[in-house]
Amino acid sequence: MKFDTPATTNPIDQLKVVGKGYTRIDGPMKTTGTAPYAYERHDVVDNPAYGYVLGSAIAKGKITSMDLDAAKGAPGVIIIVTADNAGKLGKGKLNTAHLLGGPAIEHYHQAVALVVAQTFEQARSAAALIRVSYQEDQGTYDLAAAKNIAPVAKDEPDAKSATSVGDFAGAFAAAPVKLDATYTTPDHSHSMMEPFASMAAWTGNKVTIWTSNQLIHSSTEDVAATLNLPNDNVRLISPFIGGGFGGKLFIRSDVILAALGARAAGQPVKVTLQRPLIPNNTTHRASTIQRIRIGALADGHITAIGHEGWSGNLPEGRPETAVMQTRLLYAGANRMTATRLATLDLPEGNAMRAPGEAPGLMALEIAMDEIADKLGMDPVQFRILNDTQVDPEKPSRPYSRRALVECLKMGADKFGWAKRGAPGKTVDGRWLVGMGMAAGFRNSMVKKSGAKVYLDGKGDITVETDMTDIGTGTYTILAQTAAEMMGVGLHQVVVRLGDSTYPVSPGSGGQFGASNSTSGVYAACLKLREAVAQKLGFKSDDTMFADGRVTSGSRSAALADAAGEVGLQAEDAIEYGDLDKKYQESTFAGHFVEAAVNSYTGEIRVRRMLAVCAAGRILNPKTARSQVIGAMTMGVGAALMEELAVDTRRGFFVNHDLAGYEVPVHADIPHQDVIFLDETDPIANPMKAKGVGELGLCGVAAAVANAVYNATGVRVRDYPITLDKYLTRLPAVA
Amino acid sequence: MKPFTYERATSASAAAAAAADNPGAKFIAGGTNLLDLMKLQIEAPSHLIDVNGLDLDKIEPTQDGGLRIGALVRNTDLAADKRVRKDYGLLSRALLAGASGQLRNKATTAGNLLQRTRCPYFYDTNQPCNKRQPGSGCSAIGGVTRQLAVIGSSDACIATNPSDMAVAMRALDAMVETIDPAGAARRIPVADFHRLPGDTPQVETALQPGELITAVTLPKPVGGKQIYHKVRDRASYAFALISVAAVVQPDGSGRVAVGGVAHKPWRVEAAEGEMPHGAKAVAEKLLAGAKPTDENAFKLPLVERTLAAVLAEARA
Ligand SMILES: Cc1cc2nc3c(=O)[nH]c(=O)nc-3n(C[C@H](O)[C@H](O)[C@H](O)COP(=O)(O)OP(=O)(O)OC[C@H]3O[C@@H](n4cnc5c(N)ncnc54)[C@H](O)[C@@H]3O)c2cc1C
Ligand code: SF4
Repeated sequence: MKFDTPATTNPIDQLKVVGKGYTRIDGPMKTTGTAPYAYERHDVVDNPAYGYVLGSAIAKGKITSMDLDAAKGAPGVIIIVTADNAGKLGKGKLNTAHLLGGPAIEHYHQAVALVVAQTFEQARSAAALIRVSYQEDQGTYDLAAAKNIAPVAKDEPDAKSATSVGDFAGAFAAAPVKLDATYTTPDHSHSMMEPFASMAAWTGNKVTIWTSNQLIHSSTEDVAATLNLPNDNVRLISPFIGGGFGGKLFIRSDVILAALGARAAGQPVKVTLQRPLIPNNTTHRASTIQRIRIGALADGHITAIGHEGWSGNLPEGRPETAVMQTRLLYAGANRMTATRLATLDLPEGNAMRAPGEAPGLMALEIAMDEIADKLGMDPVQFRILNDTQVDPEKPSRPYSRRALVECLKMGADKFGWAKRGAPGKTVDGRWLVGMGMAAGFRNSMVKKSGAKVYLDGKGDITVETDMTDIGTGTYTILAQTAAEMMGVGLHQVVVRLGDSTYPVSPGSGGQFGASNSTSGVYAACLKLREAVAQKLGFKSDDTMFADGRVTSGSRSAALADAAGEVGLQAEDAIEYGDLDKKYQESTFAGHFVEAAVNSYTGEIRVRRMLAVCAAGRILNPKTARSQVIGAMTMGVGAALMEELAVDTRRGFFVNHDLAGYEVPVHADIPHQDVIFLDETDPIANPMKAKGVGELGLCGVAAAVANAVYNATGVRVRDYPITLDKYLTRLPAVA
Repeated sequence: MKPFTYERATSASAAAAAAADNPGAKFIAGGTNLLDLMKLQIEAPSHLIDVNGLDLDKIEPTQDGGLRIGALVRNTDLAADKRVRKDYGLLSRALLAGASGQLRNKATTAGNLLQRTRCPYFYDTNQPCNKRQPGSGCSAIGGVTRQLAVIGSSDACIATNPSDMAVAMRALDAMVETIDPAGAARRIPVADFHRLPGDTPQVETALQPGELITAVTLPKPVGGKQIYHKVRDRASYAFALISVAAVVQPDGSGRVAVGGVAHKPWRVEAAEGEMPHGAKAVAEKLLAGAKPTDENAFKLPLVERTLAAVLAEARA
């Protein structure tokens, strides 16, 4: 189905099932341990051998020799895979560094060997017996030091690395009120609960891999490219995923090493990446340095806005596109952005939840707070004043729907924003209390998405697509979509996901999963409705599907009757025309935070949080809310504690486990509220829905930072906002 | 993890004797620290002596009005004990500020005293570390040091002791009771129990090989307001950046020990005379001679300000 004109009334608008806050249909399986993860698939392979990954001890250089003898002779060891015996390997399109290193080493903890043994403990113990000699090369590990020679990055497919509109320099110089400030965000680790894990089994030259992966189709192709196999010889299966946050958009060393280990061992092998290996072996969100300049008239109108971002990556890696939202979010006639990329020999930087916007808004939304302060304006009013309903770089291009102002107004009202005091002036016992806010913004991307739907003789529906559910609620919203379309109850729909033999979806990433995959199911269901009508001899254009029955004029039949002996099936995909070129499609939020800062110790406690979101139709308010509160939690982490600490001498992330890399715990997370504006976006897709999973994160950290400023009167521009950065700037204590 | 043999000890003296017979042996209590280190091969005992069955899990009054805490009393039980909560609130609060509920259910009094540093380089076996591999060098010096020691450190090691419980015990003048392989018992003041790193950071305590901790005793209650303030990067389940354990008497005198700043709980009795004069005066003496790094210099004002918070709370 081609979607090239805005949606009109369609069966989804009935909202009998869609739009209702159903509990996740996979929830009982998750909570009873009957939703097996890749590492637990003993139902499909019994007695697999265990692989243990050895990571490189240096960040850059080469292996000069490897002594495997002791490890080979250790109890239970079946085989050891290294670059020496793995055969020639290719590289996946979405991978930057090689998944198996040697002799060249590209980053710390790059996999250099897989020990396969009868038990996990044997493999781990043998891995410690491998002696590797390295020749270490001097690498570049410090973004701040590499910044000045970093060139402008290559253009991304839909993100130019240098943009300019009007006369930024002139307008900024002439602006009566100006801000020119530099902000930094650190490297972040996804730290999802389920570590990377895969189990591989070969039949001839075909391999099946049970894994934990967000994007099945491109990952299948990347496995094939790495192993030099035709795509058809690779099958990935990933029905349940214990979190990914972008870390599992790509295949990682567990996938390839499980496959290589199984081939070499001649038996199925499973591999999980041990937690302390993950931060350096896999990808992370790259740190950024961001310079923001904003010029405004005394009345608060922005006349010039410029945002430059620096990040680093391995050669051939991509930049963190932190400036992109600044091209779209606020009005202003004169604008510029630039994305610069340094070559660093740290592990590979890549997508993490809301890549670009998450760190970009961490900086931009503090800058907006700072200049509002200089203007003596309320930051909510300042943003409303500079709202735009069109793409500011191309005013002929309107937003499909942009309700940022409504989000901000409603948020301010519900949060009690009017009670906010002057910086450093609200005291509650030994605590300084403040409120902060930020705008949230994340684009809504359109991507082709396919699905197959079946009707059986009981009138039940089965949906198949290679879409994934990374804990987000995909199973549930796809079931809701099919139930609405076919006029059956939610319990009559079975959803099967995460198998590369199913129709291709865009997978879970970039908050494009929900809107596109439900639209794909919508398209397939439209086809199935036609097939049903035809089978029953009904006219398809006036046929109604409700309560398990199909009605056309005065004729009516049970849906099950159309199935016949063999059932009916239909397959289709949603494809898009150029509506997203004619319109800017984005999602919006107002984030509000109250935080208290201990006036003695500088400890920060977030007290209340509110997100008001405008993201088109909300397909399931319960799963959507869960996404947003999870994202708000991640925003608190980014604001207050998350940081991969770089050893700039040796080139690695030092705090590479969950004891050293801190994410929020329950005690950090206070009262959270989420409000969704009641809206639809018919230009987006037939579901009239967009995404929320990343919107919920975008802007949160800045809202926390701004609340800390309002509490203390002390501005911190370097994340995370830990007390060492402002303690001595707090008022003296006795 | 290296293969190891295992036995269950039947008595304290037998456990100590068994340890002497097996030079590669370690005692295992809750296992919450030892097993993690064994998985990373930072500890690689050839033999484990499980002491959990020993009858060392009681809290009993002592003759002189104090409390004797068995080596195997779980952190949860110790923190919840009515006598501890009433007379040694500092200890209870320090315990509850540590780890998580699940860990405290397993963790024992002796194991807690002997938990090893959380220096990140100690945990990464690719990196030189004098504590893990004597003589290999210290990777932390010149590296990421935000969590590490500001005082009492050496050119060989700048690690900190991570225990919260030990800081409270230091302020309360606890005494560690042990038995050695020959069956001889001795008492070690907690002040002398943990060592500074010097040239031998691998030697962390005064225990001799095979010596088993049987109990920790607390002298009779000292009264006062007992406050434990632990400052960390998140609200719970994190090791201290610094912590302050204080006993403050109504006249403003008292005691103070600090965690997160040194290789052992840090207490300077001479500084305590300044308590009536406020946090600044105490901190100046307590931290005299500190040698922080650029990354952890904040710990000095943080100790002072946290102590000020504690004194204010005691006054309130
Ligand atoms: C994730 C995590 C977070 C933590 N957070 C904190 C925190 O915030 N604050 C804090 O203070 N602690 C924290 N801890 C540490 C925790 O308190 C210790 O792991 C625990 O107290 C150790 O006790 P155990 O009985 O399990 O010791 P074990 O692991 O069994 O033993 C530790 C050591 O003591 C030796 N040993 C045990 N019993 C005896 C004995 N009777 N005589 C002689 N030697 C003995 C063992 O041989 C071993 O060397 C944390 C631990 C973890 C895993
Ligand atoms: S500070 Fe101590 S524990 Fe840390 S690396 Fe240096 S020697 Fe090892």
